[in-house]
Amino acid sequence: MIRNTPIRSCLSALSCKFEERRMITLENVSKTFTLHNQGGAVIEAIADVSLSVTPGECVALTGASGAGKSTLMRLIYGNYLAKTGTIHVGDLEIKRAKPHDIIALRRDTLGYVSQFLRVVPRVPTLDVVAEPLRAIGRPADNAKDRAADLLTRLNIPQTLWSLSPTTFSGGEQQRVNIARGFAHPYPALLLDEPTASLDGSNREVVLDLIQEAKRRGAAIIGIFHDEIARAQICDREIDVSSFTVGKAA
Amino acid sequence: MTEQPTPLLSVEAVSKSYGAQIGCKDVSFDLYPGEVMGIVGESGSGKSTLLNCLAGHLPPDTGRVMFDTRTDGPCDTLAMSEPERRMLSRTDWAFVHQNARDGLRMGVSAGGNVGERLMAVGARHYRGIREQAVDWLGRVEIDAHRIDDRPRTFSGGMQQRLQIARNLVTGPRLVFMDEPTGGLDVSVQARLLDLLRGLVRDLGLSAIIVTHDLAVVRLLADRLMVMKSGHVVEEGLTDQVLDDPQHAYTQLLVSSVLQV
Repeated sequence: MIRNTPIRSCLSALSCKFEERRMITLENVSKTFTLHNQGGAVIEAIADVSLSVTPGECVALTGASGAGKSTLMRLIYGNYLAKTGTIHVGDLEIKRAKPHDIIALRRDTLGYVSQFLRVVPRVPTLDVVAEPLRAIGRPADNAKDRAADLLTRLNIPQTLWSLSPTTFSGGEQQRVNIARGFAHPYPALLLDEPTASLDGSNREVVLDLIQEAKRRGAAIIGIFHDEIARAQICDREIDVSSFTVGKAA
Repeated sequence: MTEQPTPLLSVEAVSKSYGAQIGCKDVSFDLYPGEVMGIVGESGSGKSTLLNCLAGHLPPDTGRVMFDTRTDGPCDTLAMSEPERRMLSRTDWAFVHQNARDGLRMGVSAGGNVGERLMAVGARHYRGIREQAVDWLGRVEIDAHRIDDRPRTFSGGMQQRLQIARNLVTGPRLVFMDEPTGGLDVSVQARLLDLLRGLVRDLGLSAIIVTHDLAVVRLLADRLMVMKSGHVVEEGLTDQVLDDPQHAYTQLLVSSVLQV
């Protein structure tokens, strides 16, 4: 009685990668926020966004702070609900998808490295990083080996691995977050300022990880304020300001 | 994207009134194997009424509650005979009360509390029962040497963990939880949440958690249902409902949380 089929959905995500050349596709997507408790004010965040990303491609979102870059990423991740348009990741349409489809998508196909680490208190760093692999059914030893490799590459001292990252410095938390985001080889990745607050050597490690993900065919959308990093790893830039409408109150 | 599995629990238009007062009105949802659903809302919003209707503690006025049984597939739990439902609640279901004293036998030892559930489903071998009790006390982080102590000598957090052990020892597939972290210290809460998360993942449990604590559902629940005055006003993926709430009431609820 096999009811949950993560392997199967992983395979279908992989096969669609080769069948059709697009991994992430947005068509005429717009997003508004209606603040019911502030006189029903409507904030138009982004309007009429169409874009697509193919496997192995890294696309940078650019635009001033508040232009809607993070909003766009959250829409793709299913964290925000689009008002109009369609968003496809693999063959799943995000807006109409049921919660358990989005959960399966996030487990198997779509990774997201946010700017902030959000973890359960008390859980050791090694387990935090290994969790995405445990979620797809990898044995504990195997998942922890992969986590240890990533933490070593990202220069997190082994003495910290058994501690919860809640007490770590900002830069350390950011690196734990990145290790977690790259533990499972997702076919699609969203990166929100992955190199912010990192020193030179750690920044290089992160850029290497992104290059490796591209080489294995991941479709990547990223926000990079670091222009040199952007030039080094991104194939295209999309200016999000062009999708932003004047903000109405 | 994935093949649609059979829902473990399928709730169809469940309503319950107390006279003219609405308890819960026209609630429908499907819960899939391994899914954890949170139900939030203020006191009196009908969330506990709904939970009690689903768990068979309270007969709803209308609606159906279909449970995918191991032997016969989906069955309407409300149409079952009382012994059938009682057997289901011992084998496949578990109910974790807010107040551990409602879910424990306070005059019986900790080991007895866990063992009693096993005996209710037919275990008769003393040593086997005792070994399983020790194993489960360990899993919920209670020292084995406390096995013969009565739960009234335990702290609130320990009592709650004992209640969880008593409930999970029979290997249920669906766990109902009513404010499982209510009334506990924040540090004790974190420990309990971590424990529950591990158990849910390792045992592949499905769960329905009623709480008013949004931080609890963010950590534990895949999906969220928001109730107000007996009605479901919003539902969806937990982080989507909390980060991009659509309904005025949910927006008020989310914006009312104190930041620390």
